[in-house]
Amino acid sequence: MEKFKTLQSVMMPLDKVNIDTDQILPARYLQKPRANNFGEYLFKDVRHDGSGSLKPEFVLNQAQYVNAKIMLAKDNFGCGSSREHAVWAIYDAGFRVVIAPSFGDIFFNNALKNGLLPIRLSSSDVVTLFNLTQQNSASPVVIDLTSQNVLASPDFSAAFKIDSFSKQCFLEGLDELGYTLSLLPQIEAFEEKLTS
Amino acid sequence: MQLTQSKAQSLTLFEKIWQTHVVMQRDDGACLMYVDRHLIQDGSAPAFEMLHQRQLKTRVPSKAFGTPDHYIPTLGRDLRTIQDPEKRAMAQALEDDCESHEIPFFGLQDPRQGIIHVIAPEQGLSQPGQLLVCGDSHTATHGAFGALAFGIGASEVAHVLATQTVWQRKPLTLRINIEGKLGKGVSAKDIILAIIGKIGAAGAVGHVIEYTGETVRNLSMQERMTVCNMSIEAGGRAGMIAPDAKTIEWLKDKPYAPAGLEWDLALKKWSGLFSDPEAVFDKVVEMRAEAISPMVTWGNSPEDVLPITGAVPFPADALSTGKRQAIENTQLYMNLTPGQKLTEIAIDHVFIGSCTNGRIEDLRSAAAVAKNRHVAKGVQAWVVAGSGLVKRQAEQEGLDQVFINAGFQWREPGCSMCLGTNGDQVPAGQRCASTSNRNFVGRQGPGSRTHLMSPAMAAAAAVTGRLTDVRDLI
Repeated sequence: MEKFKTLQSVMMPLDKVNIDTDQILPARYLQKPRANNFGEYLFKDVRHDGSGSLKPEFVLNQAQYVNAKIMLAKDNFGCGSSREHAVWAIYDAGFRVVIAPSFGDIFFNNALKNGLLPIRLSSSDVVTLFNLTQQNSASPVVIDLTSQNVLASPDFSAAFKIDSFSKQCFLEGLDELGYTLSLLPQIEAFEEKLTS
Repeated sequence: MQLTQSKAQSLTLFEKIWQTHVVMQRDDGACLMYVDRHLIQDGSAPAFEMLHQRQLKTRVPSKAFGTPDHYIPTLGRDLRTIQDPEKRAMAQALEDDCESHEIPFFGLQDPRQGIIHVIAPEQGLSQPGQLLVCGDSHTATHGAFGALAFGIGASEVAHVLATQTVWQRKPLTLRINIEGKLGKGVSAKDIILAIIGKIGAAGAVGHVIEYTGETVRNLSMQERMTVCNMSIEAGGRAGMIAPDAKTIEWLKDKPYAPAGLEWDLALKKWSGLFSDPEAVFDKVVEMRAEAISPMVTWGNSPEDVLPITGAVPFPADALSTGKRQAIENTQLYMNLTPGQKLTEIAIDHVFIGSCTNGRIEDLRSAAAVAKNRHVAKGVQAWVVAGSGLVKRQAEQEGLDQVFINAGFQWREPGCSMCLGTNGDQVPAGQRCASTSNRNFVGRQGPGSRTHLMSPAMAAAAAVTGRLTDVRDLI
């Protein structure tokens, strides 16, 4: 996993609730190996019209968000299918953070395992951030993982929560499996209790 | 004694299962949970690839179980007939990975093959008190047996294969209590659609749902599976129902269920699996069965659901500008007009099947409607049994002939048109009455339009060519 400490970027606003992982990454790309650039498939059917042309009104197609590394979303982002490919698509398209009031539980866990930082903020903070992007889409936002803060000018600041272990994994670029493998004695002891 | 138990000791069914599966707790509160049963399907190639990269083996192959369901054809039973090399590779990879990891596996030519969430209960692999996971969001199905069952992503699948454990934060609990008797033509599918309509697609995010009450107790095991299956569509981490005599009756003598002395021990253990009367849930929702009608979705989220007697909503009635716009966009995609009666919506396709509604009772209820009727002109109607055993049972009962005589296609088991990964898709711009679980944009194929409903309602739509109140036909 790539290390993550702080990040400054514009936010790409996705003004819709219940964005499901079928929209983020259509099922027909689930058969592609991970070596593919899944960023090409991100919101594939939402960003194109019936004839295959890019829809100018969809935010992902707009020039001011080309370098956006932060997605700003609404309630229940990433609901539905457990496909981890949805996280890969967002990550491969260059995003490193998704901010939303709530996430689909499986998506949230998948994101943490792939270096995509999911940040839950209160609904009112998310509304404030939507207003900020509306006023000035070029307005940068700072994510500081060390202090667990989202900062935006002029005076926006919101703290977010993250498990200390997940935080360490992001800061140091570690993954969970290596750590769990070091716990095998505990797992074996648990299994012995099961069979006794 | 129950009576002397203090409130502090009272536990929910979920908490009882949770606390017996904690291997260790991290300082930040996350728990390493032991997995009793790990189900695997043919979307698992990325997870096995992660293991191969780290040269890891499956730690306890006997606790895993695999079968292909997502990428397999529903006409014929031969992987070599899959034209698309990537699809064929997905199905083949599962076979190869299960073989090299010594994981029990039902291949395509095994008559017991089927959708993983249909065959695990058939085989007695899903049991009360288990912690069960699968790299598929409809894993909550197995909660019908009083198991804690939830979907995980590919990295977590690899983690479970390598360690037999998964990290979890303890979720909150939500009790959905339903009392009363269901009306004529109202099914388990209508119950869960009504629940999602009431609490919303995010209503249970972060929660494990326990379904309780007279209505739930009166459901058969298959109906309970339908309800638990769609817990994820309400945002639930899992859904579960306390085991009872019906659960035990189902499991007795199933191939993978405990037998002999172990059966007696299991019964004793399972008898304690219920929420204590004083147990406290984080949230409680109460519903009445009599208030539930045959339901049908009109939009692109399962929460966009109404009784079949309803009409397409007016965007102007929405409470906010954002919501109004969302409804307008949805109606544009679905090609619906505000105020249009739901029963006036003409359909092109019918799909009866999936892990939600691909079991024998589902096929019986659809066949009862299709019998002595015919699929409407211009409608393509499919029945895809959830498993080889469901298909065989249906054929023994003559249901296949009922469907075939009525003009339905009778196909081989698999996930099929629920998500179309095997190529079984609804063409762009066409409308499908479907017994599956998701009506998302493009779910059944790019540009497809899905209306979710019960098997009886889907059969009714097939024979009339439009969304139909099944109560008019039975």
